[in-house]
Amino acid sequence: MMEDFNSETDSDYTSYWRDWFVSSRGNEYFCEIDEDYLTDRFNLTGLNTEVPYYQYALDLVTDVFDLDADDDLREQIEKSARHLYGLVHARYIVTTRGLAKMLDKYKKCDFGKCPRVICEGHPLLPMGQSDLPNMSTVKLYCPKCEDIYNPKSSRHASIDGAYFGTSFHSILFQVYPALNPEKSMRRYEPRIYGFKVHAAAALARWQDGWREDLHWRLAEFDMTHKFIEESESEDDAFDYVEEPEGAKVDKVVAETASGRMDLGN
Amino acid sequence: MSSSEGAPESWISSFCSLMGHEFFAEVSEDFIEDDFNLTGLQSQVPRYKEALEMILDVEPEDDEEEEEEEEDDDDEILGDERPVEYRRAGERRHARVASDLSDIESSAELLYGLIHQRYITSRPGIQQMLEKYEMQHFGVCPRVNCNGCKVLPVGRSDTPGQETVKLFCPGCMDIYTPPNSRFHSVDGAFFGTTFGCLFFMTFPDLDIGPRLDASLASAVSRNASQPNRSPPPQVPFESPTPDDQPLEINGVRTSNFCPGLGRGKIYDSKIYGFKVSEASRVGPRMRWLRMKPRDMYELDETDIHEKMAARQGPGEFQPPGDKDGDMEMNPEQTQEMAIANRKKAPMRRRRREAGDPTPSDRMSVQGAEIG
Repeated sequence: MMEDFNSETDSDYTSYWRDWFVSSRGNEYFCEIDEDYLTDRFNLTGLNTEVPYYQYALDLVTDVFDLDADDDLREQIEKSARHLYGLVHARYIVTTRGLAKMLDKYKKCDFGKCPRVICEGHPLLPMGQSDLPNMSTVKLYCPKCEDIYNPKSSRHASIDGAYFGTSFHSILFQVYPALNPEKSMRRYEPRIYGFKVHAAAALARWQDGWREDLHWRLAEFDMTHKFIEESESEDDAFDYVEEPEGAKVDKVVAETASGRMDLGN
Repeated sequence: MSSSEGAPESWISSFCSLMGHEFFAEVSEDFIEDDFNLTGLQSQVPRYKEALEMILDVEPEDDEEEEEEEEDDDDEILGDERPVEYRRAGERRHARVASDLSDIESSAELLYGLIHQRYITSRPGIQQMLEKYEMQHFGVCPRVNCNGCKVLPVGRSDTPGQETVKLFCPGCMDIYTPPNSRFHSVDGAFFGTTFGCLFFMTFPDLDIGPRLDASLASAVSRNASQPNRSPPPQVPFESPTPDDQPLEINGVRTSNFCPGLGRGKIYDSKIYGFKVSEASRVGPRMRWLRMKPRDMYELDETDIHEKMAARQGPGEFQPPGDKDGDMEMNPEQTQEMAIANRKKAPMRRRRREAGDPTPSDRMSVQGAEIG
């Protein structure tokens, strides 16, 4: 299914510009936009005001550019084309085909791995903090810890976040809920000579209280949620202060919930 | 023999200048020469005596006339990843058999690492690490909401050979893998589990939050590179904490206590500007990890316990100005309050008293965030 999407793109006409763009260094986060998508005017609504030399840029992206421009102008158009490609990209990746392509890249870890140690190198997804261009650079979302991180490579740090948009990663998991990773409630516990540090431990207990409240809130929607550690039979790696209470909550939740939520594994 | 090369670098400084060893401090020779500091290491490090001599650049006295071997052997054993400096340091002691030398070299590395683990928790050592920290030698937190908080190298185990070095961020109390792969072969035990927290307790006045000038500078540079619009609106939304906050909570200064956590520092997934509901199958499940009470007194467990024990009425210790809650909450929160009634845990009851946000308040907060 996903392979189909990839292989059927522009079989006859080699997409020179897009091919070059996607494969050039620093653009590893982008996927290739289908020709059909780019040529459908509806998909480009509103972009003509956002991108200078819009028509030339579009021609360049779709490989029909034949203007005899001087170097200066050509550079301008080239810049516009990259900008246009990015903005269309943000729209494209939330379509069925786009999602499938990005999912493929996600599975290949093309966007890198979560730097958080407890996430054990979970693959990341690119995102922007704004849908408007020139607001902030691209960030990486970890679906496991549900937090966002800066790309570690400086060549990615300059990509505009709007080329991926704020919604993409959420939509991806709405469309493929089975891929939502199991969350972990493990955490780093700072210690000094083996003893837990009180300030950190007190905060951890307070946060654990909220985590248990989550079960109750979800029970109101007839939902249950299990962290990895809870679905495992024994939990000897980490012991929690509120463990007995947590276990009790689970039991109650199991009673009240009509159907177990399918976590997708 | 070693003097033939002029005045060579000491083993310690050549070790610390190697690629990937940028996190190490140079342990002073005084520290190593004090036998007390080396207690117990003899049993952990093979060829301890020779390794120690190598670290201290002491000429072995007795085996000067040991048979020499060709250098080819040396290359073979040391392999490609062995940097040149090693060999140079080794060649100074060419009285030794080559294979022997590489054994001792790796022992010396191990020994140095273990001494280093102890040294950086000592007074001169931690001071040296402070200098490195302030010069940002260890890098910054990759988490966006930590705003480039400076990190420290730590280990997850004090036993060598278990895990590589990690970076501890005081802003979010979490640990991260170093971005550069050259650190992925450095043993975490050489920094130890204790160092990270001890460091910040030793220097409680160290400003770990994003400094005003630092954030301004980054904003300016961002504006310079992308002149169109202002920096993201996240920062200005951080409202001040309630007025009567303690200066210090649980031994940590309030301003230095996890500045990367809490209200405004939690990422919310949004689709077209709307937050993904918790009732969604793939809704947020990890917000607790980045939460922090707005009212720091909620973390004063002893005080809460005493007050609960005294059975004081609600509202007794409700601080002014936290009407809008200790956290930014979802509308589901009201239901949570109802559920919380059923529970007896004092923590929870305390929280309900402290922050019962009105739905309209929350709506406006969320509304403002969209955009």
